[in-house]
Amino acid sequence: MELYLDLLSPPCRAVYLFAEALKIPFEFKLVDLFAGQQYSEEFGKLSAVKKVPVLKEGDFVLTECTAILEYLVQKCSVADHWFPADLQQRARVSEYLSWQHLNLRFNCSKVFLLRTVYPFLMGSEVPKEKMDAAVEDMKQSLNLLEDKFLQNKPFIIGNKISLADLAAIVEIMQPLETGVDGFQGRPKLMAWRDRVKKELGEKLYDKTHEVVLNSSGLQQKMQNNSELLKLKPSLLKYFR
Amino acid sequence: MAVELYLDLFSQPCRSVFMFAKKNNIPFEFKKVSLMDGEHYGDDFGKISIIRKVPALRDGDFCLSESIAIMVYLAEKFQTPDFWYPADLQQRARVNEYLSWQHTAIRMQGSKMFWLRLMIPKMIGMEVPKEKMDGALEDLNNSLNLIEEKFLQDRPFIVGDRMSLADLVAIVEIMQPLGAGLDVFDGRPRLSSWRDRVRTFIGEELFDEAHQNILGAQEGLKQIDPSKLELFKPKILRLFL
Repeated sequence: MELYLDLLSPPCRAVYLFAEALKIPFEFKLVDLFAGQQYSEEFGKLSAVKKVPVLKEGDFVLTECTAILEYLVQKCSVADHWFPADLQQRARVSEYLSWQHLNLRFNCSKVFLLRTVYPFLMGSEVPKEKMDAAVEDMKQSLNLLEDKFLQNKPFIIGNKISLADLAAIVEIMQPLETGVDGFQGRPKLMAWRDRVKKELGEKLYDKTHEVVLNSSGLQQKMQNNSELLKLKPSLLKYFR
Repeated sequence: MAVELYLDLFSQPCRSVFMFAKKNNIPFEFKKVSLMDGEHYGDDFGKISIIRKVPALRDGDFCLSESIAIMVYLAEKFQTPDFWYPADLQQRARVNEYLSWQHTAIRMQGSKMFWLRLMIPKMIGMEVPKEKMDGALEDLNNSLNLIEEKFLQDRPFIVGDRMSLADLVAIVEIMQPLGAGLDVFDGRPRLSSWRDRVRTFIGEELFDEAHQNILGAQEGLKQIDPSKLELFKPKILRLFL
């Protein structure tokens, strides 16, 4: 099984963490996003959507992190708590995985992109109003994560970790290095983060997040890349 | 006690849930939540869902939001036919893949088009800047292209010969811009014939019933008191920032 990944991307981290933590054998195929490799012809043949993560097993090619995670759960007979067989518990995981696309994921990514890619594209810092709005949206999502999804439970569905916690944690980590710490002032979330880290394995968690926590070199990487510069016009759509 | 479904058929995910429940003869109580009247911000609805979005389900003490989670829950609970959400590993993955992709693609773009073409001009009394509109249309077209070229291809439905949750979730999103007078099927014969197949499979009467409100949106908004739309101001501002 091949997994096409860039650990800079939160959904890639979720897939990677899951596969590694559960010792699912796979071949790591790097798709360097900030070098524009997702736009290569070769990768385009694998996936017309031009995004990571991608799973390839023989002729079967699958995109979308949540689809990949559920596929791996079904295929590899993992412990029940990751995606419980119980109808209501499973619905709780599905509810989170659905909600997060346009909420936590969207808002954390936006903050990250505004801090890293926007200056590269526009040649200037993000207007304050735009940045403040993005940080406020991220805050609203974090509030809902705490008040609706986590509440007073150790993990999103209760006593055990599931795909929901995995999908959540990787998103909050995204803008950390750019100076937006989603955990700051949120002791409940910090405690949850520590529990998640422990379940996955601290070493694995830290190793997975190395790339995104060292994103200071990203600006330079983008500037040095002529392929990416050519793509500037099409990247602008992320900010409209 | 029957399952309660909190719905407003102006909302795309509500339409999917409505058609799914009706098509499968799942007994439910239709609880109307009028978005235009801000009922989703009321105390009553807040007890069902603090996310304050529709659709929402209540089954005894169990409350659930998110249309996809709701439909999968109903499919399992009421043992609907396999084709809706196949047990086969790879087929199910294909459905999941579409259901995941669509949130930030067609769902977001179809919704945006509806707001830019209809709701915002109604609220602020003028057209949206051309540049913004052109950008939104381009994004929408890119998603429609991907639906045709990657998800549908030459198949009758997204996963094969039978309809699935993927088609149900797709159709309601693609129908949304029509409510704002933009015929996205124009010039897309493959998508049009897929739409016809979906409509036939669901049942024309049910499909049309579900889409009555949205397709009458342009007319309906003519009667609306503009002050009602004040509720939506924050959302509008976000679209422009």
